[in-house]
Amino acid sequence: MKKLAIIATKGTLDWAYPPFILASTAAALGYEVQIFFTFYGLQLLRKELNLKVSSLGNPAMPMPMPVPVLMQALPGMESFMTMMMKKTMKAKGVAELGNLRELCQEADVKFIACQMTVDLFEFDTKDFISGIEYGGAATFFEFAGESDICLYI
Amino acid sequence: MGKFDQEFDGSGLNCPLPILRAKKALSPMASGQVLHVIATDPGSVKDFESFCKQTGNHLLESFEEGGKFHYLIKKA
Repeated sequence: MKKLAIIATKGTLDWAYPPFILASTAAALGYEVQIFFTFYGLQLLRKELNLKVSSLGNPAMPMPMPVPVLMQALPGMESFMTMMMKKTMKAKGVAELGNLRELCQEADVKFIACQMTVDLFEFDTKDFISGIEYGGAATFFEFAGESDICLYI
Repeated sequence: MGKFDQEFDGSGLNCPLPILRAKKALSPMASGQVLHVIATDPGSVKDFESFCKQTGNHLLESFEEGGKFHYLIKKA
């Protein structure tokens, strides 16, 4: 059985997609998959997903109309951008993130949360979904060292 | 179009959902049975080819009709 190891380090709505899309697809193709969530990637494990997307520092983000950078920094703009992104995703039939995460878990994708980052940010593990393992870099390498594909996202 | 045993309509769904749901639909089926998949995602044409190549299932037919993509997959 082929193996895919992913490190998920980003916690924004847009960057939350690649790990779950690739993991669920690989599982459907018969891969054994593990995702190691570290730093901001830990936000993807919350029961209540409240991820946002920002156009700030992301000039490549397609916008319905040009908005000057200083305007993008105004209060409420981040929530507005997030709402627009979610609306577009829904209209285009892109999976809802929580749904994609469930599909991963149903397909036995193993989720490992970085214990060090949990301690660093003083996250409460009660806020995370169940079925997660907690470990460190050595835990990741046990699987990643044997993997056919290893991705850092 | 050939005969099929089960049907899954993934119209409106985008990558990777058509593949994931088709895989789910195939799971309870017996070897040799045929699943008819309908999709609107243009990327699914290449994706179902790759899916079948990698999972050993047979892609019997793949065609476009009336703006929708149809696939007949025989379970390995």
